[in-house]
Order: sequence, then C-alpha cells, then structure tokens
Amino acid sequence: MAETIPAAGATTEGAIQVGQPRDARVSAPASYDVADFPVPNGREEEWRFTPLERLRGLHDGTAVATGGGVKVEVSAPAGVIVETVGRDDARVGKAGKPVDRVAAQAYSAFEKAGVVSIPKDAVLSEPVRISVHGQGGVAFGHQVVEVGAFAEAVVVIDHTGDATVAANVEYLIGDGAKLTVVSIQDWDDTAVHAAQHTALIGRDATFKSVVVTFGGDVVRLHPRVLYGAPGGEAELYGLYFTDEGQHQEHRLFIDHDTPHCRSNVAYKGALQGRDAHAVWIGDVLIRAEAEGTDTYELNRNLVLTDGARVDSVPNLEIETGEIVGAGHASATGRFEDEQLFYLMARGIPADEARRLVVRGFFAELIQQIGVADLQERLLEKIDAELEASVV
Amino acid sequence: MATLEIHDLHVSVEAENGPREILRGVDLTVKQGETHAIMGPNGSGKSTLAYSLAGHPKYTVTGGTVTLDGEDVLAMSVDERARAGVFLAMQYPVEVPGVSVSNFLRTSATAIRGEAPKLRTWVKEVKEAMERLHMDPSFAERNVNEGFSGGEKKRHEILQLELLKPKIAILDETDSGLDVDALRIVSEGVNRVRESGEVGTLLITHYTRILRYIKPDHVHVFAAGRIAESGGPELADKLEAEGYEAYVKGGASA
Ligand SMILES: Nc1ncnc2c1ncn2[C@@H]1O[C@H](COP(=O)(O)OP(=O)(O)O)[C@@H](O)[C@H]1O
Ligand SMILES: [Mg+2]
Repeated sequence: MAETIPAAGATTEGAIQVGQPRDARVSAPASYDVADFPVPNGREEEWRFTPLERLRGLHDGTAVATGGGVKVEVSAPAGVIVETVGRDDARVGKAGKPVDRVAAQAYSAFEKAGVVSIPKDAVLSEPVRISVHGQGGVAFGHQVVEVGAFAEAVVVIDHTGDATVAANVEYLIGDGAKLTVVSIQDWDDTAVHAAQHTALIGRDATFKSVVVTFGGDVVRLHPRVLYGAPGGEAELYGLYFTDEGQHQEHRLFIDHDTPHCRSNVAYKGALQGRDAHAVWIGDVLIRAEAEGTDTYELNRNLVLTDGARVDSVPNLEIETGEIVGAGHASATGRFEDEQLFYLMARGIPADEARRLVVRGFFAELIQQIGVADLQERLLEKIDAELEASVV
Repeated sequence: MATLEIHDLHVSVEAENGPREILRGVDLTVKQGETHAIMGPNGSGKSTLAYSLAGHPKYTVTGGTVTLDGEDVLAMSVDERARAGVFLAMQYPVEVPGVSVSNFLRTSATAIRGEAPKLRTWVKEVKEAMERLHMDPSFAERNVNEGFSGGEKKRHEILQLELLKPKIAILDETDSGLDVDALRIVSEGVNRVRESGEVGTLLITHYTRILRYIKPDHVHVFAAGRIAESGGPELADKLEAEGYEAYVKGGASA
C-alpha cells in the first residue's frame, strides 16, 4: 500500500508516505565523526536547498575556528549548575549523533562544551539566559541543557552579532520534566549559523521549543526530537522573517519511535525582498512500534513582495495504523489585499496596515505558545523587526 | 456643511474577457444631515458604487468625478479618503487574523483623529459604545471579524461608525442577514449617529425592511449601474408593493 497526498500551495510540495525508506533525507548514517560524511555538493536531498557557497567552508573542512569567534554568557537563577566540560563528559553527545556533515564538523571541532543542569524537582522562577554574541570569527560550539526529573525550566538562547558558527545543542529532558526553550536568531545580516538541536524527551516529559529567526545571511537549523520513553510531548513553534538576500532554513525531524507520544509543530514565516529564501522541511516518522502517536505539523508562509521564494516540504511517514492522529498542512500565500483594504478604509496608512497584518499573522502563532510573559516579549521583538524593516 | 458630490461616475472591473463597465453614469449629491436610501436588485452595481467611493483597487474609475467639499476624492488613497471622512460599512467585512478588535479600533481611531485617544476616556468610550450595541466586552479581545456571526460583523461595523464619526457614511447592505432584534439594534446605532446631524448617510439596501427603522429623506432606485429614479420616502412604498421589475426590464442586462 502506498499513498501520496500532495499538500496545497504553489511553491509547496509534500506527501504522506507509507512504507518509504526512513533515511530518504539523509545521505550518510549519523555519526560523531566528520570524516564519515562526504563533502556535500548540493545535489543531496538534505542540501539541495542550501547555498553551500555561502556557508564559508563549514561544510567542506576549510572553516577553521579563530578563537573568540563568539562570546557565550550564561545567566541562571540560583540552584542551576552552569559548567564548561571536556568532550569526554558523559552528557555530551547523549541526545543523539550529528546527522549531517556540518553538525559532525561542529562535533569534531569544538573544544569545550557548555552544560546547564537544572536539578531534579527544581521549578525555576526565572529563565536561564544564554547569550551567544558573534565577534566576527569562526566558532564551533556545543551546548547541553539537562533538566532533571520533574523539574521545570525556561531557557532563552539569544544569538546576536556577526559570526560563522556551527553548533550542536542537546536537550536532555528527565521524566516528567517540562522544558521550554526559546532560540532567537537575531544575528547581523552577515552571520552564518548552522546548528542541530536534538531533544531527548523522557517519560511523560514536555518539550516546548520556540525558534525565532530574523537575522543572518544563512541560518540553517535542524531541530530534532527523539523520545526516550512513552508519554512524551513535543511542541515545536517557529517564526521567521526572511528579508532580501537572506537564506533561512528550518529542517525538523520528529522520530516517533516510542508509543503514546505527541508532537505538534507550527512554523510561520514572512518573506520580503529579492532573493529572500525560506526553506521549511517537516519530517515526521511514525515507526511501527509507536502506536498511540498523535502528531500534527503546520507551516504557513506569507510572501509580502515579488522575488522571494519559499520551499515548504512537510513529510509524514507512517509505519503503523494504530495511531491517534497524524496530519500536516502547508500553505504559502501572497499578502492579502482585502485585509489591507479593510484596514486602510479605516484610515490606517498602507505601511502601518501591512505591519498590522504581518504582526497578526505571527501573533496567531504566538498566542498558541501559552507562556504569557514570553508572548509579550516575542510580540515586542516582532514589532521591533517590523518597525526596522520596510515592509 | 460637508457635501459629497458624485457626477457621471463610470466604473469598470477587470473581467475574464477584458474590462466590464458596471457603473454607467451615477449622479448623486449627499449633504451632511441627509439620509439617502439606494435600493436596487442584486447585481445592479450598489456594492460597486460603495467600493468605488472607498477606493477599492479592484474597481477602475473610467469617467466622472467624486468630490467631498470640493476636494477630489478619486485622487485620494483609500486611507486618505477615510481620514477625509468617508466611511464604508462593508457588506462582507474582512477577517484579519491575529489582530484584536481593541487594537484595531484604537489604531483606526488614532489614524482618523490624528492623535491617539487618551487611554482612560478611550476605554470608557469603547465600552459604552459596545454596550449600546449589546456587544459582550469579551468581543474586544477577539480577532477582527474572525469567527464572528453575520450579526456580530454588522454590529462591529456600526461600532466603528459610532467611534469614527465620519462625514459621509456608506452602509452597504448592513441589514442583510440580520434577524429582527439585530436589525433593530444596528438601526438604533445608525440613528444615534444620524441624530448628531453631522453625517450624510448613503444607505444601500435590497429590502425596504430597514427603512422602518431608518427613515430616509431621499430614495433612489439603482438599476443597471445607474440611478433609474429618485423620489421621497414614498418611492420605497412603491418598491415594497411592486418590486424592481419595472426597472430591471428597462435593460439591466450587461
Ligand atoms: N470583480 C468583478 N469581476 C467581474 N464582475 C464583477 C466584479 N465585481 C462585481 N462584478 C459584477 O458587477 C455587477 C454588480 O455587482 P455589485 O456591485 O456587487 O452589485 P450589487 O451590490 O448591486 O448586488 C454584478 O453583475 C457582478 O457580477
Ligand atoms: Mg452588494
């Protein structure tokens, strides 16, 4: 039995596949060693949308760490343990292996890993803040966030400045724990940032990820979710605002390999300007053993001007019929002239009306996140971004 | 005294086989304090007139003039027209996802009044206006027109009318789709604005029903893209009795 259900949208492709090879999007097996991956040439499934020539050598071994390429600062409420450890630390690499050449390059090249541990049962009243500030150099990074059983934490990772960075971020989420991570890519428009985010979700644990990408010349993020035990829940939210000349790529993979886990994905992007390029890949695999899975993924794009391009590829592979639900939606639309007219007919000038519509488009997603003061801050960020850009 | 003057207005839309003329020479003058009912069969061009006055980009003016106190309305952008005092209550109000009613109203009032209304008085003003229209306070937190019932959409339009206080109000089938209660509430809202004596009203409708609540000074029959006959309130009674047939026969087909 094979069925293919194409998704709607002009620059959108997608399918629900049954019984397809699970590694269809990966050209080499996962490995910690960069030498196990051939240098990509751009024809591989996982590289075909990426402008390799703009990766500044992160993909072919020519990028060399400059030392002090980025400055990392961590501030955490009392009780949280913040460490810098060697690569032999047992927690490093525990969530999963790098799955592409750049992630493996980062893994092979980093010197010290940052580890933030939230002890068992701790409920943090303040977020942990990790600031990654680019200082113009090349850096390979590794960060682990470990949340003990039944602990609850919010971690905010802010990326600013200019740098060429490849990194791995691991989230180890203990049984019954709740982790919310906000990763903001607010880079200068010259930065190059490629990272794999791997979350390993414990029994009945909850992982909420909010990825916000505004800046960078090239940003290529690869959030991955694995379930270590039944009852886990992942909510992955994302928003991006892709301006003229920017390439912003978000490639998600959720591996439902464990029964009775849930995942919900919602990513929204707005694009404007010539050669603004957004790529969204949503791979969800429901393995034969993952009965009782409930998953939904959505990607929406709003194209504000001519010359911008979106590639949106949801992909759901289902190997068991014993599931609660599985679905996806992907749509890419042009700016709604009727909305603009309605607002302008109430005296609101065109540029302000456009900002309101785009803000509303993102606000719809932000309203779903369900962490009140976070929502406020994200809306402020959106406002600032919209204020700064022409639209 | 504010006066809207429409003279020999011709408007086309882009259809599959090229431009198609919908309005074929509309002449109408609406003065502040007056209420004009425009009545006509479906497809006669009533909404086209309303949208053209508001400046919807889909409609191309191919001839004629529209002035508000001598100012060329057709030269203004959509938002300029609104700020000049033209208000269109739409037949089909548009959903704006993620934008709350309260944010929308305040942004709009700020644009129309030229300065942000003082927060305290504004909150009170909106609250009272909503109460008069029997709208639940929670309404303000909903997204504009999203999931609104037909009646809620029309109340929301009239709420804006009351808050924005235009010189010329164009109400496009505000009555359609309303039950008797909602029709009464919405009509009362329109009448409150009319009683100020500061608005000229263009009441577009297909049915005579709303004229029981809102008494027009003038009634115009709209057919085939122009005004076919004008008269006083008695013309509405004639239409109620005889329908539009006499006007449709006279060459409504495009
Ligand atoms: N965008 C459009 N393209 C083609 N025809 C249109 C368009 N808009 C309106 N029309 C046509 O113009 C005529 C008048 O429409 P409308 O102004 O909506 O009439 P009314 O409001 O009186 O029912 C109708 O025949 C309608 O089909
Ligand atoms: Mg109409």
